[in-house]
Amino acid sequence: MKSFHGGVHPNDSKKYTAAKPIETAPLPKKVIIPLRQHIGAPVSAIVKKGDDVKKGQLIAQSNAFVSGNVHASISGKVIDIADYPHSVFGTCLSIVIESDGQDAWAEGIPVQRQWEKLDAKELSGIIREAGIVGMGGATFPTHVKLAPPPDKKIDTFILNGSECEPFLTADYRSMLEYTDRIKSGVLITMKVLGVNTGYVGIEDNKPDAVKALQSAFGGTQVKVVALPTKYPQGAEKMLIFMLTNREVPSGGLPMDVGVVVQNVGTIIAISDAVTRGIPLIQRVLTVSGSAVKEPKNLLMRIGSTFADALSHCGGLNGELAKIISGGPMMGFAQSTMDIPIIKGTSGILFLSRKDINDDKEYACIHCGRCVEACPMGLNPSMLSILGERQLYVEAKEEYNLMDCMECGSCVYVCPAKRKIVQYIRYSKTQNALQAQKEQAKVAV
Amino acid sequence: MAVNEETLKMNLLTVSTSPHITSPESIPKIMWSVNAALVPAVIFAAWYFGMPAITTMLVGVVVAVATEYVIQLIRKKDITINDGSAVLTGLLMAMCLPPNLPWYMTAFGSFLAIAVAKHSMGGLGYNIFNPAHIARAALMVSWPVAMTTWTAMTTKADVVTTATPLNILKQQGYTQLVETFGDTSSMYQAMLLGTRNGSIGETSAVLLILGGIFLIYKGYIKWEMPVLMIGTVGILTWIFGPAGLFTGDPLFHMLAGGLIIGAFFMATDMVTIPITRKGKIIFAVGAGILTVLIRLKGGYPEGVCYSILLMNCVTPLIDRFVVPKKFGAGR
Repeated sequence: MKSFHGGVHPNDSKKYTAAKPIETAPLPKKVIIPLRQHIGAPVSAIVKKGDDVKKGQLIAQSNAFVSGNVHASISGKVIDIADYPHSVFGTCLSIVIESDGQDAWAEGIPVQRQWEKLDAKELSGIIREAGIVGMGGATFPTHVKLAPPPDKKIDTFILNGSECEPFLTADYRSMLEYTDRIKSGVLITMKVLGVNTGYVGIEDNKPDAVKALQSAFGGTQVKVVALPTKYPQGAEKMLIFMLTNREVPSGGLPMDVGVVVQNVGTIIAISDAVTRGIPLIQRVLTVSGSAVKEPKNLLMRIGSTFADALSHCGGLNGELAKIISGGPMMGFAQSTMDIPIIKGTSGILFLSRKDINDDKEYACIHCGRCVEACPMGLNPSMLSILGERQLYVEAKEEYNLMDCMECGSCVYVCPAKRKIVQYIRYSKTQNALQAQKEQAKVAV
Repeated sequence: MAVNEETLKMNLLTVSTSPHITSPESIPKIMWSVNAALVPAVIFAAWYFGMPAITTMLVGVVVAVATEYVIQLIRKKDITINDGSAVLTGLLMAMCLPPNLPWYMTAFGSFLAIAVAKHSMGGLGYNIFNPAHIARAALMVSWPVAMTTWTAMTTKADVVTTATPLNILKQQGYTQLVETFGDTSSMYQAMLLGTRNGSIGETSAVLLILGGIFLIYKGYIKWEMPVLMIGTVGILTWIFGPAGLFTGDPLFHMLAGGLIIGAFFMATDMVTIPITRKGKIIFAVGAGILTVLIRLKGGYPEGVCYSILLMNCVTPLIDRFVVPKKFGAGR
């Protein structure tokens, strides 16, 4: 099979959890639910300190279209609304709920629905109400993705089952264990989009998942394709290229080539919201790494903390050097365990010193490995050097800085251990600051 | 609470941005591998040329390492003599010298390579020119006689000549060259095995190629580089032969002089060659063309060193214009 340019083959480290069935974590005593778990307009709390809430009850919302509702993930009492640590933003205004131990549903849920009887508009409304966002980590509101502007004609839907990040097996286990919900979720999404062509892309290191979904989707318009195992196979642009041979233009979005891509967790959330009336209050995630005693795939409530996850996994096993929210290639390092799990938390990794890169950084020796590894066809070496020399505008205008998706392939292969992606992120920020300044000048 | 105890330990947590894992490759690993790839040829040279070659190589390496150590000490930089790159520069330079060169000339060359060609430009990664070749070029202009004096140093060979094959070719012509060896097949054999006069590391083509194949297998050099540079020299010397078009002896030219060591070990020095695959191809072919031009038309018998240095000059230019194709730029 042809492949996209570049990419890397890190040790997938999935052996820790690949064979472990999804386990439901015990009910947390307390949840911290951040009000920013999505990209777009912020939501405001509609409950106040001291209120009693039920599981699935709407507790924060916004009138803006590009936003994501937030629901209580347990029943109990709101004990605080204040800034708490956040895995992506540092800190964030959050609603803290103390469990009453009842785990009682809010009125009207769950409810059984026949999705086939609902039209696209009704389905889309349910998805918006349920606060569903991209659960692969990007957290873009799903109902917005499913409502492209009229000039973008969507003809293809893709389920991203590649899960190319090392360590993570949550999507893999979900594909094996939640096959029926994935099937209904995909068909619902295709109905909302009004498309007849669907693909499921899965890396070929998960043959049983390929087989399970192939038999589930037999007789439908959805083709399940095994893709070569190569990071970043799950990057939207790479996935679309592999399955449809379409290249998302530079600076463009999948909808520019008529495609919508969704993640496995998101699709399951869609199925749950539509067929059972359950908003997005829980997710499957992988807890793994060499510093955790019993790595597991856990079904956890949104707002449970990393510390909760660790205690369900037997605690630490030896020295801990790094905690990561997400995968090791694109995830976020954390400074504390009192961080809540949010809708986009696909995994929590507890890594020991030997797993992580904290080697001495050398000057670039120009070996060209990064250029060969870059799936976007950039020159990461040059971008890192320009970043180092503070030549941010050159990086943007002459070396396609903004095309970098920060997949980290260049850093992975770099023998000089250069923090290429860090330089790139910093250069992007500097360009953005410069643009802001110029705008401010115009405004004056 | 167990979790709180664990929280306490977190003073030692590393918090940095993604990616959090990297491949086991490193600069020291690459540099030491290249050194290792030279070992067979070094052992052969020590056996074939004897003490003078051993002395030259030792002086080359020791002075290179010492120079780097002193410079980094003075500049209060991290001492990086363990990364294998100074050793490699010293060794490669020594291998490009006549075995019987006086030791102080070798020492001067090593000093130049490390102090001027490498550290005055900023150290590893910043040098424009291949340091070993810069040193050789400097020695050529400083002590032209010593650098081209090939006294009969051979300890083992039956055939003893006082000039390198390329020298004989330049001064006396092809017929005389073949006669020196007896016939063409013994000439090719001597050229391939290295039982002939020449610089320390230039002689044993077969062992250098062996080392090169090891580096290609490890992924540290690209096969296109040696193949295209040597191939270009072969094709051009065959076309522009001494008795008119297509009368040249490509095999001789491909095995002669510093071409094999240059193509496998100098034209692949990642710091001083283009970063893209296409750029590397341009570099290799360009170096091949320049080598032939110097050998056939220039005043020097050998042109590998200068051709690579000249291509080093245009490397930034090549990198400026030969860029990777951006994803999503339209096809």
